[in-house]
Parts: sequence; C-alpha cells; structure tokens
Amino acid sequence: MNTVVATQAPQSAAIPKTRFDWIPLAIVAVLAIAALPLIGSPSTWLTLTVAGLAMGMIVFITASGLTLVFGLMDVLNFGHGVFIALGAFIATTVLGAAADWTSADSLVRNLVAVFAAMVAAMALAGAVGWAFERVLVRPVYGQHLKQILITMGGMIIGEELIKVVWGPEQRPLPLPEALRGSLLIGDAAIGKYRVLALAIGALVLVLMLYALNRTKIGLLVRAGVQDREMVESLGYRIRTLFVGVFVVGSALAGLGGVMWGMFQQNVIPQIGAQVNVLIFIVIIIGGLGSTFGCFIGALLVGLVVNYAGFLAPPVVMFSSIGLMVLVLLWRPQGLYPVANR
Amino acid sequence: MTNALLPLLRLQGVHTHIGAYHILHGVDFDVPPGQVTMLLGRNGAGKTTTLRTIMGLWPTARGTVTFDGQAIGGDSDGKSGGQRSTPEIARLGIAYVPENMGIFGDLTVRENVLLAARGARSVDDIDTNRLEWLFGLFPALKKFWLFPAGKLSGGQKQMLAIARAMIEPRRLLLIDEPSKGLAPAIVGNLIEALRELKRMQTTVLLVEQNFNMARALGDTVAVMDDGRVVHRGAMAELAHDESMQQRLLGLSLGAHQ
Repeated sequence: MNTVVATQAPQSAAIPKTRFDWIPLAIVAVLAIAALPLIGSPSTWLTLTVAGLAMGMIVFITASGLTLVFGLMDVLNFGHGVFIALGAFIATTVLGAAADWTSADSLVRNLVAVFAAMVAAMALAGAVGWAFERVLVRPVYGQHLKQILITMGGMIIGEELIKVVWGPEQRPLPLPEALRGSLLIGDAAIGKYRVLALAIGALVLVLMLYALNRTKIGLLVRAGVQDREMVESLGYRIRTLFVGVFVVGSALAGLGGVMWGMFQQNVIPQIGAQVNVLIFIVIIIGGLGSTFGCFIGALLVGLVVNYAGFLAPPVVMFSSIGLMVLVLLWRPQGLYPVANR
Repeated sequence: MTNALLPLLRLQGVHTHIGAYHILHGVDFDVPPGQVTMLLGRNGAGKTTTLRTIMGLWPTARGTVTFDGQAIGGDSDGKSGGQRSTPEIARLGIAYVPENMGIFGDLTVRENVLLAARGARSVDDIDTNRLEWLFGLFPALKKFWLFPAGKLSGGQKQMLAIARAMIEPRRLLLIDEPSKGLAPAIVGNLIEALRELKRMQTTVLLVEQNFNMARALGDTVAVMDDGRVVHRGAMAELAHDESMQQRLLGLSLGAHQ
C-alpha cells in the first residue's frame, strides 16, 4: 500500500549543491591587492591592511547585534550607539582603577585588566540593553517611525546620563603597557593592539557562527529572520528570542565600545553617535539581517577607510558612504540578502 | 451532522478583522476527531483567514475558538478566556501549513525539519522510526536532506511543509491549499501522502480549491462564502450532488477540476 512516490520531478536533478557565494569575500581580497600598487610600499600596505582589518573586526563586533535585531523583529535601533559609549566609559573606569595592572610590565596582567574591562562592559551594556528593550522598544513594535524617534531619544538620554556619571569631557583610555607600540615584520610596523583586536574579532566571529549554525537557538534566530510568523506557528516564542538577541547584541556593542575606545585611546560621550553612522553603513552593505554580510561589510569599510586615510585624507569621511553606494548599485539588498525578506 | 463524536475543534460565531476590514462574519463549524474536514469556498470567502484565526495569527474579535474543550481564541470579555498566542496554540498540538508553505529557504531541509521537532535539540533526538516513515512518504526529503530548502521545487517544498507538520505527533493539522500551483501529477502524489495520514486517523482541517482532492480526502465539509459557513455536511453528499456543488461553489469548481 505504501507506494507513495513523492515529487521526484525531473527538475530535481538540476538542484545545485549548497553553494557559498564567494564573490563578496573575493572583493575584500581584490580590494586589498588593488591597493598595493597605489600605496607603493609593501610595508606601508601591510600596516594599513592590518589596521583596516582590525578596525573592521571592531566594527563587526559592534554591528553584529544590530543586524540581527533588525532581521528578527524589523526593529531599527538607532540607540545602539549608546551601548558602545557605555562600554567605552566603563573601560575608562575599570582600567583606571586597575592602573597597577595596566602599567605593569607583564602582558598577562595587562590582558587580565583588559579582559576585566571587557567583561564589565558586556555585563552592564547587556543589562542596560535588557531595560532599553523593555522600556523603549517593546511598546513600539511594528511602528517604524516611532521606533526611530524613540530609540534616537533613548540614545540622547543615554548620552546625557553618561555625561552625568563620567562628565562631558574627553577621557583618556591609554593602552596597557604591553599593548603599546608595534611588532616589526620586515619593514612593516603592526600595532600590537591591532593584533589583539583581530584575535578577539576572529574569536567573536567563530563563536557567533557556531551559535548560529550549530545550536537550536541559533537555528531559531536564522529562521526568525526569514519568517517570524512561521517560527511562532511552530510553537516558539519569538519575542523571548528577540529579547535574548537584543541583550547579546547590546553586550557585544559594549565589547565593541571597549575595543573602539582603546583603538582611539580616548573616549568622548558622543562616541556612540559617531560610530552609529559607520555601523549602519556596514549592516546595509552586508544585507540587513545577515551576520556574515555584516562581517564582510565591516572588513570592506575598515580597509577602505584606512587606505583612503593614507591615499587621499580629504575623502575619508566620504569613502565608507561611497562604498555603500557602489555596493547597493550592484546588489540593492546588500552583499548577502536574507531570503524571504 | 453525521457524527456523534465530540468535536476536536469548534468555531462558534467567530468574527475576525484585519485592520479596517471585517473579514469573518460569524463562522461556525466543527472539526471531528480522526477525520479530514474540508473547508471549501470561492476565492476571498475567508478560508485562509479562518485558519489564521484558529492559529492565533489574527485575533478572534468576537465568538470563540475551542480546541479539545479549551478556549484558544476569543474576545477578552472574560467569558471565553481571551485570546491565546500563536506559540501557545501550536504547543497544544496544532500544526499549521500556510498557503505559502512557510519554508525557511536559507536553511537546509534538515534544519527545517529539526525546527519543527520542538522536543529535539539536534537531529539525533528525532524519533528515527518517524523520520524513516516520513522519508518513505516523501523520498525527495531524504535525497535533498542537506540542501537549502529554498532550492527545492514547489512540490518538494510542499512535501517538506507537510513533513514538518508531521515530524512529531500532532493532534490537529491545518493545511492551506497544498495543491496550489502544483502540476497534476504532483497533486496525485500529495493526495497519496495525505491518504496515508488519513489512514493513521490524523485529524486534518484542509482548505482546498481542487475539488478532486477534496473528494478524494474529505470526510466532512464546510463551505464558506463571504466570511460565513453556508453549508456543512458529509463530503460524499456534496461530491454526489452536482447542483449543490454548482450552487455552493459556482464556477470556481469547474475551473479547478
């Protein structure tokens, strides 16, 4: 009786294997190679490339939560920058208090201090993110204009609160002793801190890809980005999932804030608003909702900004927006469009 | 009504609004357990809205939806216990296959099935016998297990959508127009697969425009028009009465035969 033959339609043979879209990744490589003859000196090129990739990693860490928050619930959180600022200021406090450890001539002690700052920044930014979602974002689900207004308002208030706690002035965030200076590879000077930033960025990327691809919660996030109604129909509470993603995204922004602050070696309360523009460019380039797209977009922006800063300083401000325009002319949905959106 | 069993699902005077539009105007019908109930009607009669209302994807504005004696949809006047959320409704054992199939195109077939198996953290946790049974029913799923579901043909996606609804035992399946856009030969396969479900006494509420499919599968039938149920009875009775078909389903019937 059981002679059911489900669709083995003739076209089934033509189904391609899971094929990864390498083109955006190749563009990163092509961009880096194309910059070499323009820059001329290989050692300068290597320095700039590592700096660009490190900056890209920091931007990726900062932006990754934002793209998932948008993908899952169509929430455009213009207040994301406040978690960056919060992370950076917490780092000034923690590293300031641990001055003995940051000034010690021991890499281990320096790193412990930096990691303590990162953990504190992530914990606080995550907690504030939870409250931010509950108080500001939840009442305006599905209302885009209100979301933009209220999250922007949230950021302004957050920025003012930061001024109340830490003061309105620029605060220094010096690198710990062992992370200052550069490693020399041939003639190329590679900033030590940039190596650390690259390593942490790679670690976050690997953990994130693992969580998204190998765990059921990650699977739910990826499915929710594509069709949240169906995820609910399968019996999962997408709002609970969303709150989790929002908290993790805020914590990662806090981590990004620590790294960004140490990258600049000083922190101002407006840092959130400044970085906000950059991370929105990155998630639009990458394809809203796409984690890997966000990663590639961040690397492209990091490289373009660093190369432009060397080759033609006046166009630095324009270079990332110019890159976004070019990418969108080629792929209007971003580098890795999310299916079903 | 022909059966004396208590209904598994009961809709009483259900009204649904979508934005400013009043779509359902007091829908009444029962879904008896262990049977296939067909929900027929012309385009725009409110069949899809009815399924979405049962699932809680649209709130019930007035009236009540009762599943196994428990109110799952209704206004919040306190009498009916108000509206349950979609995940809560799904967790009572109701599976939904929407008209667009709701396949996660970027995820593999395997990942789509894993998501539908709420009790499983990984594929290893899924009941192997049940998986093999589904593979027997839908061999294409086994063949394309590790492929992105978005690359499947329309018929294969439909098979995946139905397999997802069956990967764990569910008490009620809501299936919205599974034959839509499929070639006749594939519809034949689909009917066979649903017959297998029927043999297992699965309770199904099936929306269809394809009358052949309705005739092949349906035990009872409810016909909708303009947001109301205008006829309830045995499917066999409707299948044998052409004038009744003509009156209830009009030209849309001929066009889909």
